[in-house]
Amino acid sequence: MSDILVDIQHLTFKRGDRVIYDDMSMQFQRGKVTAIMGPSGIGKTTLLRLIGGQLKPEQGKILINGQDIPQLNRKDLYKARQKMSMLFQSGAMFSDMSVYDNVAFPIREHTRLPEDIIRLMVLMKLEAVGLRGARDLMPAELSGGMARRAALARAIALDPQLIMYDEPFAGQDPISMGVIVRLIRSLNNALGLTSVVVSHDVNEVMSIADYVYVVAEQKVIGQGTPEELRAHPSALVQQFLQGESDGPVPFHFKAASYSAELMELAK
Amino acid sequence: MIVDKLQQLGQKSIAKIQGMGRATIMLFGALVAWPTPRKSFPLLLKQLYVVGVLSLLIILVSGLFIGMVLALQGYTVLSKFGAEQMLGPLVALSLLRELGPVVTALLFAGRAGSALTAEIGLMKATEQLSGMEMMAVDPLRRIIAPRFWAGVISMPLLAMIFTAVGILGGHLVGVDWLGVDSGGYWSAMQANVDFQQDIMNGVIKSAVFALIVTWIALHKGFDAVPTSEGISQATTQTVVTSSLAVLGFDFILTAVMFGG
Repeated sequence: MSDILVDIQHLTFKRGDRVIYDDMSMQFQRGKVTAIMGPSGIGKTTLLRLIGGQLKPEQGKILINGQDIPQLNRKDLYKARQKMSMLFQSGAMFSDMSVYDNVAFPIREHTRLPEDIIRLMVLMKLEAVGLRGARDLMPAELSGGMARRAALARAIALDPQLIMYDEPFAGQDPISMGVIVRLIRSLNNALGLTSVVVSHDVNEVMSIADYVYVVAEQKVIGQGTPEELRAHPSALVQQFLQGESDGPVPFHFKAASYSAELMELAK
Repeated sequence: MIVDKLQQLGQKSIAKIQGMGRATIMLFGALVAWPTPRKSFPLLLKQLYVVGVLSLLIILVSGLFIGMVLALQGYTVLSKFGAEQMLGPLVALSLLRELGPVVTALLFAGRAGSALTAEIGLMKATEQLSGMEMMAVDPLRRIIAPRFWAGVISMPLLAMIFTAVGILGGHLVGVDWLGVDSGGYWSAMQANVDFQQDIMNGVIKSAVFALIVTWIALHKGFDAVPTSEGISQATTQTVVTSSLAVLGFDFILTAVMFGG
């Protein structure tokens, strides 16, 4: 078994005429937490949907366990999806079911286990995210952070190989942020998962990731362990990590000369 | 100018046809599959309750009032010719052939169709459909299929209930209030209503309407732009499009069934 679980080779993806990714390659190591960082609007969520087979790339391969996801037929794709899960930014909890039934949903759908075993599995997963006491609540009664943790319990219900987090820290207060950071790391180690975290929260990501890709301008502009990345020579990578307002990514949107435009008014 | 207009017309038509294509693909994806009764039956049962049973009240009340109004209006005309005993067939035939299927379909579009669209649109907007897909559960089979069958099964039943209650409403006004002979009301109805021609054609009509309304409602929700504005538009479109489609198809079906 190779060390690489997900191998993206020469990926090109367009949305209409807009190129999102241009000949991009990256690898996610088995058992590690790999982070993908980059400014908003560069299609980080799109990448996760490509890996999950919800979108098809123009060119390139997305290999998971050696299977090329875009080439799979419907049946094999659904089989491959059973081994991966995705934590959506909103949590995507089913609003007509309680937390318990939400977590039990994938188990009931994909196995024929008796209810008492399902109960044990659900309680274990909820205990892992600290929400065993909230099992009878409806998703609407949960706070944002709790909803994300409940969704995490559902995502790990069937012990997937790969778990993808879409902006797990966005819009969280410091405490729930800390909880989620801890959960991503501890679940990865305890369950032997391979985790992919898509985020632009630099500090949180740098604290848990084993390997980081920085994506901008349709390709990978920097990669390495968090330490290597801090010493990265690229000015763009540094601007992103430091959060500086001006640099290679300019503060000003492309425009004609400021003084010329002001003078035009004066005329 | 004219070229521009023509171009716009062409674009709109292409968009419409593409929409129909997507709707067909959606329905195919939902319905063409091995039946799995263990999983789908409980889902269907729940949707039958939501779509069918919860629509009962509005159907019962509307049916009663429409039957009463029919009897009232019919009586004023019929009594001028001394033909009050024909009130039974008048009420029964109007309801069986036209008002039962059509008004039920219109009410169903407003009551259940709009709810289906909004529910599915919101599921899409909150990534529940996407999430389900990533859990290797096909939302077409899990969400769309049971709702479709629930609509198709419950609407003809609702139309029958509507018609039955309407006939009772007609009896209430015609016989109990205006004094038409009760025996005459029923026996004239029995003599003039044909099972094949009147009852079965009405059932066929409401089955066709059920298919149209449910399909439109599900497709509009599934195809909705996942924003609050998009969902409100989709819900409106469901009611407008399916009402117009029902009236249009009613004319065609009436022409085929009773025209010749």
